[in-house]
Amino acid sequence: MPQRLTTHGKGLRGLALATLATISLALVLVFFYAPLDADQGFVQKIFYIHVPLAIVSLCGFVFGALLAAGYLRTGDRRWDMRSYVAIHMALIFGIAGLITGSIWAKASWGHWWVWNEPTLVSYLIVLLLFCTYQPLRFSIEDPERQSRYASVFSVVAGAFVPLNFIAVRLAQQYVHPRVLTLSGGHLPGSMQVTFLISLLGIALLYATLWKYEMAAKNARSQVRRLRRTLLGEDTMRPVGRSAAPS
Amino acid sequence: MILRKDLRLELRTLETIPAMVLFSLTTFVIFHFGLNRATIDGQLAAGVLTATLLFAAILGINRLFVAERDQGGFDAFLLAPVDRTAMLFAKAAALFTFLVVLELISVPAFGLLLLGTSLGGPLPGLILVLLLANLGLAVIGTLVSAIAVQTRARDLIGPIIGLPLLIPALIATARAIGPILAPGSSGSPPGKWLAILALYDVVFALLAYAVFDFLLED
Repeated sequence: MPQRLTTHGKGLRGLALATLATISLALVLVFFYAPLDADQGFVQKIFYIHVPLAIVSLCGFVFGALLAAGYLRTGDRRWDMRSYVAIHMALIFGIAGLITGSIWAKASWGHWWVWNEPTLVSYLIVLLLFCTYQPLRFSIEDPERQSRYASVFSVVAGAFVPLNFIAVRLAQQYVHPRVLTLSGGHLPGSMQVTFLISLLGIALLYATLWKYEMAAKNARSQVRRLRRTLLGEDTMRPVGRSAAPS
Repeated sequence: MILRKDLRLELRTLETIPAMVLFSLTTFVIFHFGLNRATIDGQLAAGVLTATLLFAAILGINRLFVAERDQGGFDAFLLAPVDRTAMLFAKAAALFTFLVVLELISVPAFGLLLLGTSLGGPLPGLILVLLLANLGLAVIGTLVSAIAVQTRARDLIGPIIGLPLLIPALIATARAIGPILAPGSSGSPPGKWLAILALYDVVFALLAYAVFDFLLED
């Protein structure tokens, strides 16, 4: 039966170009349009990278949880693949966010790590939790059970993200600049525009990378399938055990 | 019924609870030398007590489903005409009972060995906080244990998933216990932390109830 070759690459080129354009625009705005911060100076510009990275990675975790819920509802393993890629990407963005945050903290507060800072601490806890996602997958051998258990984990962990932020925030007084209140914060207009465009740029980058990895994973499994039909079973090397869904 | 089976098994073999109790007592000794203090009170005492109970609980969590897995209890359970969430409730209740027994011994021991203030005054408040904390530990512990027991490295996977999930509950527990163990406290725990702890318990109980079915399907 001829399998229709589906690629997730549809729209990937457009998305990539949009990402490139938005990020270039954001960088131009960051360096030439947004005013220098009054008391932090040039260092404050890392804000336009760090905060979007953090927000996008948290949204990525929740996105992964929603996709995992899709798997639990339908039992279709493509949902599990989507969820896996979403969490995997969010983890990379999260680590980048943690590093940029640490640099910013060193520059503006004088320490690499500040404990009395709920946003930082709760972010670290969420990241520690999601770091266990890959080991969990890796230690379950049966692929179907791997998908199911990983999905249950993602749903629980996704629900944990907002809860954890509430709990840790209540535990301490904050020194973080509260720029993301519902009223729009205390940012001057030009900074706010720059920030929103940076946020959009990073979100588009996440979407592009997600789509790209999905396309790559699909292409690989299709190549495998084609090779199996053309060359026969015995030419295939067995797939090594992996954390990734196959 | 599963609860009764678990409790009877524990009574006959005396395996998990004595290990948890011994572990907690040894940890108090380690804290005594590690902190180099004869007595502690207030927030430090709360931290020591919470951390010790947490790690003792981890021992129990690791053992929770081992008998089921080794002796085919899961298959038997799936054949039985009962709702699958019965397993969640029974196991959480068993873990809750284990924790209560653990605390019946290790909290007085903590009072004798390390605590600088008397245990009598803060006791009612302490019991309230610990019951709420046990509820959270039991629910999250059961969920994590059910995930971890099917994995290859289950003794590792359980704690590393469980600890981050438990952190908010532990923050609330430690903060609620801290003021009541301080010298000259009124003995009533701060309501804010009790409310957070209770809320966390409720949310995770609902969440565990929602996803537990998927962990038993086979």
